[in-house]
Amino acid sequence: MEQSDATAVAQVRAGNPDAYRVLVERHSHSVFRLAFRMTGNEQDAEDLVQETFLRAYRQIGRFDGRASFSTWLYRIAANCSLDLIRARKRRQEQQTPISDEGEDLGASLPAADPAPDRLAFSGELKQLLAPALQGLSPMERTAFVLRHYEGMCIEEIGRALGVNAGAAKHSVFRAVQKLRRTLEPALSSARS
Amino acid sequence: MKHLNEDDLVLHYYGERQDPEAQRHLEACEECRAHLRSLTRVLDAMNRLEPPAPSEDYGNRVWQRIAPQLEPAPARWWAGWFAPRRLVAAAAMAALLVAAFLAGRVSQRRQIAGLSAPVRERILLVAVGDHLERSQMILAELVNNESKGPVDISGEQQRAEDLVGENRLYRQAALKAGDRAVSSVLDELERVLLEIAHSPSKLDSAEFDEIRRRIESEGILFKIRVVSTNLREREMPPASGKAGRSL
Repeated sequence: MEQSDATAVAQVRAGNPDAYRVLVERHSHSVFRLAFRMTGNEQDAEDLVQETFLRAYRQIGRFDGRASFSTWLYRIAANCSLDLIRARKRRQEQQTPISDEGEDLGASLPAADPAPDRLAFSGELKQLLAPALQGLSPMERTAFVLRHYEGMCIEEIGRALGVNAGAAKHSVFRAVQKLRRTLEPALSSARS
Repeated sequence: MKHLNEDDLVLHYYGERQDPEAQRHLEACEECRAHLRSLTRVLDAMNRLEPPAPSEDYGNRVWQRIAPQLEPAPARWWAGWFAPRRLVAAAAMAALLVAAFLAGRVSQRRQIAGLSAPVRERILLVAVGDHLERSQMILAELVNNESKGPVDISGEQQRAEDLVGENRLYRQAALKAGDRAVSSVLDELERVLLEIAHSPSKLDSAEFDEIRRRIESEGILFKIRVVSTNLREREMPPASGKAGRSL
């Protein structure tokens, strides 16, 4: 019978590191997907997966079981990702000053109003999505990924990121607003 | 009822607003429905952003990578860092790493290949020594910071990030050379640096104390000094008439 997360966590806490293998193998793919959406980069995502599991292992004594193990793990992954993105942003700012609210979407994206006949939805539009996501500020991107892809509610996002629900909500709203501004012209073109 | 604003519609899209009145308004108001359709198109489009699928055995690969770094007592993962046998082995491990470089197993720095062996040796010793020295400086700054209240470690974080990349190269070189002991130790050093790099840049006093305690309580600075001294001695050119010291 498949071992539950709770059983594996209990065994790890009892001093059996091998029991952690079940958790790593079970959740690696989903943590990778989260990390990739956050970073937009496969190598960074793989590094973040490892960092997430190492950090979770070290902090497993603090896991109180109120949320599921996967939710707790995603919180750690999101924070690792947020730290990485912020650090990367700091480096970029030293080289090229950019807005505190995120990158200049217009500068980094292909033109958002190509002629309709040139825009195949599953092709060219798809190419706009990743840069649009990467163009959000670190907090906006994290909040959006947790809300949109991981299905966390606003309150959970706030707890995961250590901010109040209002700030989490505001980050999601701003993220959606920016995505709409960037993608809507292309989507409208595709429909016309 | 007045029209729903964009924030209301976002909450509605995600099912976080179960307001019967808003629902009734949506049913009755074409303008709001059009806004919702437009929002839905954008957010649905984001679902097409698919990350690459890792291979079936990805979980196993992650496990193989992190397993050597797990200690039985998770809350004290760093406890093994400074066990006496590890301390004694540290200088030897650094030497083994350098030996791996000198054995020609690391080829990235091609410009070094054309140099004489003693010069190459000194360059590499300086590089490793410099890496350790910079690591030591960051740790010392953190340990000696006696601020009360929130501490901004963004400067140390950035330097730690730079060192992580360098450390990773040394670790990979050791791994390629088949020296699991060296790669394992560098893995641990990498985690210390990563811990600093990935901490929030503003720490409250409890978080900062924890990082400082980890660095301080087990004598990491002492260990780095020992290894650095060892490397510096090896950097010195051999006295004339004497055979060069082997690594």
